[in-house]
Amino acid sequence: MKKVGNHKSFSKIFFSLAFVLLTSLSAFSQDVAKGKELFNTNCAACHKLDAKSTGPALRGVEAKYDKEWLYKWVKNSGDLIKSGDAQAVKVFEENNKVPMTAFPQLSNEDIDNILAYTSEPAPAAPTPAPGTQVVGEPSDSGVSNNVILGVLTLVMAMLIVMLFLVYNMLTKIADAKGLEVVQKNRSLMNVFRAFAKNQFLVLVSAILLLLVSAYFAYGWMMQIGVDQGYEPVQPIHYSHRIHAGENGIDCKYCHSAARVGKHSNIPSLNVCMNCHKNISEVAETTATEEHSKVFYDGEIAKLYDAVGWDKSLQKYTGKTKPVKWVRIHNLPDHVYFNHSQHVTVAGVECQTCHGPVEEMEIMKQHAPLTMGWCINCHRETNVKVEDNAYYKKIHEELSKKYGVSQLTAAQMGGLECGKCHY
Amino acid sequence: MASNKKYWKSVEELNENSSIVETLRNNEFVEPIPVDQFLGDKESLSASSTTRRDFLKYVGFSTAAASLAACEGPVVKSIPYVVQPEEIIPGVADYYATTMADGFDFANILIKTREGRPIKVENNNLEGAKTGANARVHASVLSLYDSLRLKQPKIAGKDATWADVNTKVKASLEDAKAKGGNVVVLTNTMASPSTDALIASLVAKYPTTKHVVYDAVSESNALDAFQAVYGVRALANYDFSKADVIVSVGADFLGDWQGGGFDAGYAQGRIPKNGMMSKHIQIESNMSLAGANADVRIPMTVAQQKQALADLYYAVVSGAQPKNAQIAKAAKQLKDAKNKGVVVTGLDDVNAQLVVLAINNALQSAAFNPSDAILTRKGDAKAVAQLVADMKAGKVHTLIMNGVNPAYTLANSKDFVAALKSVKLSVAFSMKEDETSTLTTIAAAAPHYLESWGDVAITRSNYSIMQPTIRPLFNTKQFQEALLTWTDNTVAYYDFLKSFSATSLAGKSWNQAVHDGFVASVASPLTAVSADYASAASALAQAKSSNFDLVLYSKVGMGDGQQANNPWLQEFPDPITRVSWDNYVTMSKADAEAAGVKNWNVANGGLNGSYVTIKVGNTTLENVPAIIQPGQAKGTLGLAFGYGKKLGLKEEMQVGVNAYALYANLNSNQSATITVVEGEHEFACVQLQKTLMGRGDIIKETTLEVFNTKDAKVWNPVPMVSLDHKPTAATEVDLWDSFDRSVGHHFNLSIDLNACTGCGACVIACHAENNVPVVGKSEVRRSRDMHWLRIDRYYSSKETFAGDIVEKEGASGLMDSIDTFAGMEDPSENPQVAFQPVMCQHCNHAPCETVCPVAATSHGREGQNHMAYNRCVGTRYCANNCPYKVRRFNWFLYNKNSEFDYHMNDDLGRMVINPDVNVRSRGVMEKCSMCIQMTQAVKLKAKREGRAVGKDEFQTACSAACSSGAMKFGDINDSASDVAKLVESDRMYHLLEHIGTKPNVMYHVKVRNDK
Repeated sequence: MKKVGNHKSFSKIFFSLAFVLLTSLSAFSQDVAKGKELFNTNCAACHKLDAKSTGPALRGVEAKYDKEWLYKWVKNSGDLIKSGDAQAVKVFEENNKVPMTAFPQLSNEDIDNILAYTSEPAPAAPTPAPGTQVVGEPSDSGVSNNVILGVLTLVMAMLIVMLFLVYNMLTKIADAKGLEVVQKNRSLMNVFRAFAKNQFLVLVSAILLLLVSAYFAYGWMMQIGVDQGYEPVQPIHYSHRIHAGENGIDCKYCHSAARVGKHSNIPSLNVCMNCHKNISEVAETTATEEHSKVFYDGEIAKLYDAVGWDKSLQKYTGKTKPVKWVRIHNLPDHVYFNHSQHVTVAGVECQTCHGPVEEMEIMKQHAPLTMGWCINCHRETNVKVEDNAYYKKIHEELSKKYGVSQLTAAQMGGLECGKCHY
Repeated sequence: MASNKKYWKSVEELNENSSIVETLRNNEFVEPIPVDQFLGDKESLSASSTTRRDFLKYVGFSTAAASLAACEGPVVKSIPYVVQPEEIIPGVADYYATTMADGFDFANILIKTREGRPIKVENNNLEGAKTGANARVHASVLSLYDSLRLKQPKIAGKDATWADVNTKVKASLEDAKAKGGNVVVLTNTMASPSTDALIASLVAKYPTTKHVVYDAVSESNALDAFQAVYGVRALANYDFSKADVIVSVGADFLGDWQGGGFDAGYAQGRIPKNGMMSKHIQIESNMSLAGANADVRIPMTVAQQKQALADLYYAVVSGAQPKNAQIAKAAKQLKDAKNKGVVVTGLDDVNAQLVVLAINNALQSAAFNPSDAILTRKGDAKAVAQLVADMKAGKVHTLIMNGVNPAYTLANSKDFVAALKSVKLSVAFSMKEDETSTLTTIAAAAPHYLESWGDVAITRSNYSIMQPTIRPLFNTKQFQEALLTWTDNTVAYYDFLKSFSATSLAGKSWNQAVHDGFVASVASPLTAVSADYASAASALAQAKSSNFDLVLYSKVGMGDGQQANNPWLQEFPDPITRVSWDNYVTMSKADAEAAGVKNWNVANGGLNGSYVTIKVGNTTLENVPAIIQPGQAKGTLGLAFGYGKKLGLKEEMQVGVNAYALYANLNSNQSATITVVEGEHEFACVQLQKTLMGRGDIIKETTLEVFNTKDAKVWNPVPMVSLDHKPTAATEVDLWDSFDRSVGHHFNLSIDLNACTGCGACVIACHAENNVPVVGKSEVRRSRDMHWLRIDRYYSSKETFAGDIVEKEGASGLMDSIDTFAGMEDPSENPQVAFQPVMCQHCNHAPCETVCPVAATSHGREGQNHMAYNRCVGTRYCANNCPYKVRRFNWFLYNKNSEFDYHMNDDLGRMVINPDVNVRSRGVMEKCSMCIQMTQAVKLKAKREGRAVGKDEFQTACSAACSSGAMKFGDINDSASDVAKLVESDRMYHLLEHIGTKPNVMYHVKVRNDK
């Protein structure tokens, strides 16, 4: 709890600082905001402000070069290099001879705006102010629960004491009146004997006991091998929330094999590098209370390590360390499941089986993946027949036969054993 | 009721003082129970601190721990590619066209790969492809994953690098050049123009080099004859679809005769069309596949065959009447057929081969095609004999071998091995540490053909490309790469091949040629020069035989024995004898009786037989198991190559005897004597019953005449039963209500008994597709073979199957019936033979489904009988209730079990497993699924592409492998499909129709040409 509190305050301060900084700056320079926009649309693919990416870091670039030269460079660096400009050649060679895209569409004014943005001083690294630790307070609901429980216990205790007192009082009165209390032997043994004599009761309770234990045993056994909610620790902390949720990347961009094949592949690392060649760190805003920016950047570094990408040289080293992901959805060998049948043919949303992946920080098994679960869905889901010539004839004939307008997967034969078990 | 009788258990009891009797009386187990094996010696047992209580605690704890641990799911790791190759999508198969060429088998094929692993061989069905992948070609994908392959080059038995190998070989070549020593390149028939060019460049660089081609199973005489007539060292090609009358003299052209691959054309002519089908007369010694399919089969010794061939020649050329009535009839039919007749021979005699060329030329046979000659056999027996002589004389300085194993395959292998010592440097490119490569200086690890580039000219009109379908699994190098290095050519073989082939691609681009796997062109015509046919014929006419004529042959399963470590092929039952895991000498019944050779069945259902010793010249082959073969010509013996190998094989595969020892002068016809020796051999024979017992409803057969003239009711009668005391067709009576199967797909498999040659390619294809386990010799002997698809072979008890039926009908009364049926168990001396592939019949009213207590087997709407393995509890009721006996029970765990040390027991061998099909565990029933994974995949593909399934797009593994067109699979609800027409055919019938199972597998009545 303490740690969380720390994070909370840390990021709060950080955000407020950044906010103050931004608003104050935007107040006096109109072109910085424009410059930022231009930078993000045109430059950010290859440049970062403070770190080397495909191109060099751009903060303070205005101070390093002559402005006129910069205009020429941005508009068409290739020509500049070809013309033999010494500085241009030097810059080109420093950056692994990766030619920069020409931007003839940018006006000098635009470039000025961008330069203004890049000339912004870096925001000071926020240091948490000492003595601002906020101790996590127990939540209100917790308090009330405890109080209620305490009160209840007290009441119970009082009741027991009172009963005991009443009993004592009554005995005393009886003693005083000389009444003899018939001491029935109420020991547990006798109760048991009486119970044992009543065969009906024994039978009923034995049956009940058996039924109840069978019920629980069945329930327990049925969850063997069902790994619903399985959420193993992965070698790289990959957040579906960031990728699919915040960035809205389509599932099938990475899991492309799901469209055509049996497997929904775990993406090969070159797919990650399509984007991560340029994204070597997360935005400040990506960090959450739970995971800091440093943490996420560390995970991207793990990807670079695995794929053999040297961030500083912007080059592949060729030394790869394939990632050993822990497989979450494990169907038994005797089940044949084909993703393309469901994803492409039936048009089932990935989330139907995999749950709200876009909200999951770490992927976990959403569905039980039991046969009952499969079959239920087959019973309830209609076959998507629109615009599919395969289904045309069979759907027409079968729906007439069953007297329905829409066939379910089950009616189409989706419950037959051999369709999934071979 | 006391009895005074005393029962003696042994003569020992007569001796009152015998200690043995006393011991036996007091002690049931004479020998102490061997507890030592599991308790160890007493001392260490008593010294152990583990008390009985501790032991029980441990047992209890470990049982509890094990059961708890079983509840925990294992952690499964998934490792994606770092950079995914663009053509690979996990879970989607890729197909590559390539060409198999191992010196014995040549075929244009497709290779199915999954995630980069080749898992199955398919026929290349492009127009002009040399199709007809046989059982061995289908099984060759498993040989890629042979765990006993040579994994790196070795010099003198020690691991070495390729640089060392090249330096050593080059030094030796230079030395040979300097000293004028002979260099010999000894290869099998590679049929590779680019390799020939490379060898030529080696010869140019080192002029003392000579290239000798050596085929383990030689066609040298046929090649000599063809070369004499046409000037090209090749073999005549035949297209049997163009023949009306086929006379084969000792040629098993449906087997491995002259490279094989003739069955597709043959089968085409055998399906009756417009009342016509080809007539096939087979004159032979061994019962071969071709003989089994023949209309008329005349068993003859080799000498008699030669005389018959000479008679045929005289009859065709000069019109002389042969003395033998059967030969005379054959000659007449041949002459009447004119250019629609064809004669082939497998006699290993240059005169016989010459005479056949003469007859076919005289007939101007349309089926005979010398121009498109077959180039897959080039071996020269004389050159090989000369080489061994030269080696003996110390005249060979350097010997470079590729793809040959002379230390195993030469009859005089002892001479070869001895002479090898006088060779200064010997290199063997080999996939195995076999008999030869363990003796050579350098054992050069060669890649499998699925890891190699290459070009193959299969016939004169075919130029095929071999492309790798997987990266080399081991540190191997192609022979061609080495040749390039030795000739100081720095070009990679791929680049060399690409530029070399440019002239042969007939206008196709390189990429297109690789994609198609071959380029077909038109062969330039070859003209015959005149040869001395007359003296060849007269030499033949004088042929005589003393002793037994031993005819050596190659089995459909084993071929020349290169793939002897392939468990699929070892377990493959021979189509004729139905024996797996063995070779044996085949004898006629009369000869066997005379020699005292016996075959008998023992209580566990196994077949046992006597041993004989075969003597050819001075060579003896000891302890050869003998099989009495119906149809074997009297006075002849048959023995198959490829067995008896000892090196580079797992122990289980070291079966049989080495027939090459008797292959003197590379001639398959030898004169032999036999003597019976002590001992009995245990065969693994999968079919004990030999005859059909006159049950004409199992294999319905008729003659062409009846077929053409009579109504289908006569030759394809529907069995009648009594319903309300009225005779009713069995197909119309039913216990069950039928489901409406007119909607959607309804799969049917059609098997034409006329086109099925029994080749068994389907059996191996089924193995590969469905992960069918291999169970081993002793399990097969116990009838626990797991083949989902078997090809039953039946002999007739009389001369013909029709005769059997007459015999059966003729039996009257109990005693007569018993005698008659007992007699009918024995096949005739020269029986008719019929093959019948049987797999799960997918009955619409399946008897197995109704008896399963857990509903593990059920029926699908599309006609398939489903089997849910995970539901099966192994009661085996279904197998007992199956009238076709097609269900197979997993008596053991056949994978990852060292008791079954076949491919499923090692990581490499398991790479061949089809990931779309379950690997079954112990205790469950399994059977043919009608390749439901394939039909499902076709449907899914159509659905994804939003189209209806195309005509004949559905296939099963067996129907796709069947190059003769006997098996056709498809959807009978699709009126355009082949099966929809076949199901309406007059010849169609179901197996055991009278029991009303309504199978989805149909057969077509076998028609024999009796003309």
